[in-house]
Amino acid sequence: MIPQAFNYEAPTTLAGAIALLQKYGSDAKIMSGGHSLIPMMKLRLATPEHVIDISGIKGMEYIHEEGGFLKIGALTKEVALEESPLLHSKYPLITDATKMIADPSVRNLATVGGNLAHGDAANDHPAVMLALRASIVVSGPNGDREISIDDFFLGFFTTALEADEILTEIRIPIPPAHSGGAYLKMERKVGDYATAGVAVQLSLDGGGHCTHIGIALTNVSASPMRSVRAEEALQGQILSEELIQKAATMAAQDCDPNADLRGSVAYKRSIVKTLVARAIHAAVARAGA
Amino acid sequence: MQPLRELARNFITDNFILMANITIHINGVAQNLDVEPRLLLVHLIRENLSLTGTHVGCDTSSCGACTVLMDGRSIKSCTVYAVQANGKEITTIEGLAQGAQLHPLQEGFKEEHGLQCGFCTPGMILRCVDLLERNPNPTEDEIRWGISGNLCRCTGYNNIVKAVEYAAKKMQGAEVPAAETVA
Repeated sequence: MIPQAFNYEAPTTLAGAIALLQKYGSDAKIMSGGHSLIPMMKLRLATPEHVIDISGIKGMEYIHEEGGFLKIGALTKEVALEESPLLHSKYPLITDATKMIADPSVRNLATVGGNLAHGDAANDHPAVMLALRASIVVSGPNGDREISIDDFFLGFFTTALEADEILTEIRIPIPPAHSGGAYLKMERKVGDYATAGVAVQLSLDGGGHCTHIGIALTNVSASPMRSVRAEEALQGQILSEELIQKAATMAAQDCDPNADLRGSVAYKRSIVKTLVARAIHAAVARAGA
Repeated sequence: MQPLRELARNFITDNFILMANITIHINGVAQNLDVEPRLLLVHLIRENLSLTGTHVGCDTSSCGACTVLMDGRSIKSCTVYAVQANGKEITTIEGLAQGAQLHPLQEGFKEEHGLQCGFCTPGMILRCVDLLERNPNPTEDEIRWGISGNLCRCTGYNNIVKAVEYAAKKMQGAEVPAAETVA
């Protein structure tokens, strides 16, 4: 499979990359690891005239806590997320999800920023970041702006990124004590997109009440989605089995999967229900309150 | 003059293939090449450089037959443009043995019968070079997850796992049966 010919640019600064985007407009695509873009170009589903490779820009690969937030640079590779002790101990939801993304060789090149900027509801990080209540920092000709994750995914492969903007950082509020998260994904084989995936992040108080919960779903809607009704059913409550099952049923009702090779609509809803309940249990166990 | 120059540039970009000049260090040798930006790394390796040990299997980054090392990390060269490897070190299966001395993984695959048809083997071995670099003493489970992006349709994987275990032992200096050297 041979992509259509294109002009290749490899700027070494963010300002240089933004200047190229201003010059080429919507004829250009940003690429870092290329593991979302190149497959689409090989199938000629994407035919950009200009490919701007930002992988050579220094200082955009980092994972650290600062000013109340976990900050992840957009060019951070999946393998770095997978191997990060900080994420493993405090943000296991991210570690869980990263281990399920593609396979080790793909994770050596693929980046978290690309996974989000692609805007694909089948990718795993969108649900993770929705559940973690993240925000997305983007840089453009007029500087930076921060977009709430709820306002970032606008529709089928569509994000709030303007044609001259680049996703540069992900910010996640540092969770309080007694917080836990989990990502569960049903896949037909290693490296496949999810039949359905579920991200849960929650916090408990001393009395076992759920003070915060985020629940989001992978590959069961046109655009990455939160299950708001399920969250509201559990917010402020003691998480009884009955309530968890009720929330799981709501998530299964509210998602909007397509029937495809991975299963029928009813099958996928059933998977969502099961995974939501299991992910909540796993998150509670990790919260350890 | 400016409009003329622009006209000329547009004529060139519209009518001729854009080439990029890159330098890739492949198996320790610097190669300076003019390539089309859309040339995939695997095609550069196989067709421009005639290193045919790297295979094209699925061409969709699923099977791992095209796995090579880029700056020491395993990558799937069917889903990387050659221009992305500019300035990088690439290692293919041809660059693994030291003269007549096989790499411990090559020796392991030979000793433990880790291959039948051999199509997946170069990619499998290069993936495992990266795996053992990061995790010198992996468990069976870690090996199986480690090669989860490399498909073998012959062996059922058991002997591949044994081959990697053999190499891990050898690389840590343990006694393993001596292998013949290649001529």
